[in-house]
Amino acid sequence: MDLAAVAPEKKLDSTSIDEAIAHLQSEYPDAVSPDDREGYCGVIVERGRLVDIARVIRDDLGFDYLSSATAVDYLGAGDHLEMVYHTYRTSGGPALVFKAQTDRDNAEIPSLVSVWRGADFQEREAWDLMGIHFPGHPNLKRILMWEGFQGHPLRKDWREAYYEEDQKPFDSRWPGGHVHRAEEKNVFGKNVTYPPDIDLGRLMDTSEAAVYQSLGLGVDVERIMDKDGFETNELVVNMGPHHPSTHGVFRMVLTVDGETVTSLEPVMGYLHRNHEKIGERNTYLHNIPFTDRLDYISSMGNNHGYVLAVEQLMSLGRKYNPPTYRCEALRVMMVELSRIVNHLWAIGFWLNDIGAFFTPVLYFVQERERILDFFEAVAGSRMMCNYMRFGGLFGDLPDRLKSVSNLTNDRVRDYNTMQFLTEMINERIPRTIDELERLLTQNEIVIERSVGVGVLTREDAINYSAAGPLLRGSGVAYDIRRAEPYSIYPELDFDVAVEDEGDMYARYRVRVSELRESVRILKQILPRLEATAGESIWADGKPGAYAPRVPHGEAYGRVENGKGELGYYVVSAGGRGGSSNPWRYHVRAPSFINLTPMGIMSRGHKVADVVGILGSIDIVLGETDR
Amino acid sequence: MKLQELNQSEYPVPAELENNIAITSLSQLYNWGRRNSMWPMLFGLACCAIEMIATAASRFDFSRFGFEVMRATPRQADLMIVSGTVTKKMVVPIVRLYNQMPEPKYVLAMGACASGGGPFKEGYNVVSGMDKYLPVDVYVPGCPPTPQALLYGMIALQRKIDGQSIANGDDVPWYGVSSAEPTPVPVLGPDIIDPRQMDMIRRQAEAAAAELPSIGARDLPAATALVAASATADATAVADAPPVDGDALNFVLPTGAAPWAEAEDIREKRRLRALARKALRATRRAVAAEEE
Repeated sequence: MDLAAVAPEKKLDSTSIDEAIAHLQSEYPDAVSPDDREGYCGVIVERGRLVDIARVIRDDLGFDYLSSATAVDYLGAGDHLEMVYHTYRTSGGPALVFKAQTDRDNAEIPSLVSVWRGADFQEREAWDLMGIHFPGHPNLKRILMWEGFQGHPLRKDWREAYYEEDQKPFDSRWPGGHVHRAEEKNVFGKNVTYPPDIDLGRLMDTSEAAVYQSLGLGVDVERIMDKDGFETNELVVNMGPHHPSTHGVFRMVLTVDGETVTSLEPVMGYLHRNHEKIGERNTYLHNIPFTDRLDYISSMGNNHGYVLAVEQLMSLGRKYNPPTYRCEALRVMMVELSRIVNHLWAIGFWLNDIGAFFTPVLYFVQERERILDFFEAVAGSRMMCNYMRFGGLFGDLPDRLKSVSNLTNDRVRDYNTMQFLTEMINERIPRTIDELERLLTQNEIVIERSVGVGVLTREDAINYSAAGPLLRGSGVAYDIRRAEPYSIYPELDFDVAVEDEGDMYARYRVRVSELRESVRILKQILPRLEATAGESIWADGKPGAYAPRVPHGEAYGRVENGKGELGYYVVSAGGRGGSSNPWRYHVRAPSFINLTPMGIMSRGHKVADVVGILGSIDIVLGETDR
Repeated sequence: MKLQELNQSEYPVPAELENNIAITSLSQLYNWGRRNSMWPMLFGLACCAIEMIATAASRFDFSRFGFEVMRATPRQADLMIVSGTVTKKMVVPIVRLYNQMPEPKYVLAMGACASGGGPFKEGYNVVSGMDKYLPVDVYVPGCPPTPQALLYGMIALQRKIDGQSIANGDDVPWYGVSSAEPTPVPVLGPDIIDPRQMDMIRRQAEAAAAELPSIGARDLPAATALVAASATADATAVADAPPVDGDALNFVLPTGAAPWAEAEDIREKRRLRALARKALRATRRAVAAEEE
């Protein structure tokens, strides 16, 4: 990009959002119109010009980072499908949102993969779940469901087998009070009618070529597996979905030449548990425990992003009290503790992947257990904390920590809370990080295995929508806590960890620095907690409404989670007094989008390095597949 | 287990040989070996897998109870801990993995999802419980279960093994004469297909092609009533028949020991029930053949 050479253009890429929208409208008066629906923002782009305008947004206006691309089905509210794109500048600042609309029948929107490679998986997901066709997409196959699945399940008129009603609470349960098992009403547990020409023989075909073809890969398996000729020195290697290195049920299909990887295709969806469909049936509050189960290593961070999104929507209404200062401080403390848990876990299992089998992990799991003990004593559950609420929290810190479990080696039984926290933050965690560094940072084997392996360049990292340590390990100092601050992060003193090399080792170093920065933040939180002791965590002193009525509008709440940018796109249909259930609930999952550059990062490396590269991205399957 | 526990009290060991030899039954010896060397498969599905790892880690450490080491390959594993949500896409490899495990093999459903679908049950890609496809031995509730709960479940499985007998082929299928059939692997079509339902689907498709009224869920109550009627008839017929291999039972069951009498009763009932199930399956097959 020669932005520096063109003086007037340079000004454009630092304009405000309103100026950027005005610029787009003046340049493309017939293709760009402001989105004037109540509570919505951004522009609606005529889909025929979408690719051109996206290029202008990226190159001229400087919104070089495509954070999220997702589809919404407006059945009964315009009867169209809509793609929503959130773009940001990597220098920081709010989003430029643009949308493209299409009919529900023959839905078609041009692909933006040529502009942002990061749109690749997200468009495949929109095709899979919403049935939008993307001309120009290099490999438009289903991504979460399997090829051959009937229908596009996130469409509003698609009903799952156990469908009862559109929205909870179901009448039969409340106020009806008739609990029944879903199987009793649907004996087969399915809602499909099999087509008369169903070819059961083909479905039963378990030959290797058929299996790979059903995965919808871009790999020409038949050519490579052709054993008749002698020129086939390439080999297809399947890893997963049951494989100890894939951190869960994830599958990679590699083409190797000798031992060198020539191409890699991630296959996912083995843990696709329909988070978004269930989320649209749920009430707003129902979704909080479900968010816990996205990135199940750091559930507090997931809660935070979701409550931020819904609070954004609630603030559009008349009656809304923002969370109190103590509440914000507690949220930040919990989130930073989760980040420590997440990074310890990530580093430990990455070491597992590069050959230090399970010994380092044990040290980190030990420290994690102490933090989980604290979570258990405060929120009631070790992993799935379900702690945050709209405008508040589940509860304040107790005076004394008493663990729910009755363990003899329990470290939090009947401790003074502040004393426990002070000790943990000032002594134990720093000690663990020191130990970790002493063992690993200058360790020759770690350096040999990780320096120069799995390189992602700065340009690729931005273009592939990488997030979190993957992005910052490639030299982009983009941390949402600084780029678009939320909660009380603006007043806290911390640095954005960044490394320039873009390899596995750089990502490790970013994680270690972030551990130290988290401790630094926690040390600043402690006096804030002491100063606000006794204050309420709720704005008016009593818990907020359990079932909030949310006004019409859209919101994108995003947080810097351990794995990267976690965003929630929530649309409320409004109605009289506000809606009680989200119309659309989409999770921008860092683990999912960070896998997009997996192929280019692995190319040219050995099979054993692929395992380490996957570990250095740090994915968690609950979030990848949702 | 100590030597004294392995020894069965009804066969007294002379005083000079005490603590040197033990007299016991073959079943008890088998079970003692198996329960104390259960190797789980290194196999995580979802959130519960994290708690499973925590259970394996130093604080809880299930090696203390004989779950010595987790093996990544099913060929070396005795226990499959289904730790997380079973999706339709994933159940295919899971069943295949189960088939690859050597017998004796056990399945532990960890958490709400693996036991019955859990919070995600209503999802379109979620199988409501592992027991829809595999025989589950122990269910551990929780979302996720704490490591303590998982340990309790694993110990419960050990207790279950203690009660098994090599003389009763219906109790534990792998001690039977013939080799066990592999569980049919589900197929991903328009939705997931259990191969055991293939016939039904084919007939439904044919009916749809011939524009006949479809034999689907609507006809099922009648069909179940038919099967249920024949089942009760079978059960009474089986109950009236004399037990087939009573001698084999006497082989392991010590006579005269009061606590065992109850167990024998239970086992006898279980055997009769298994026979009834077998007969039921046979009649079902016959009915199906007649219909065709």
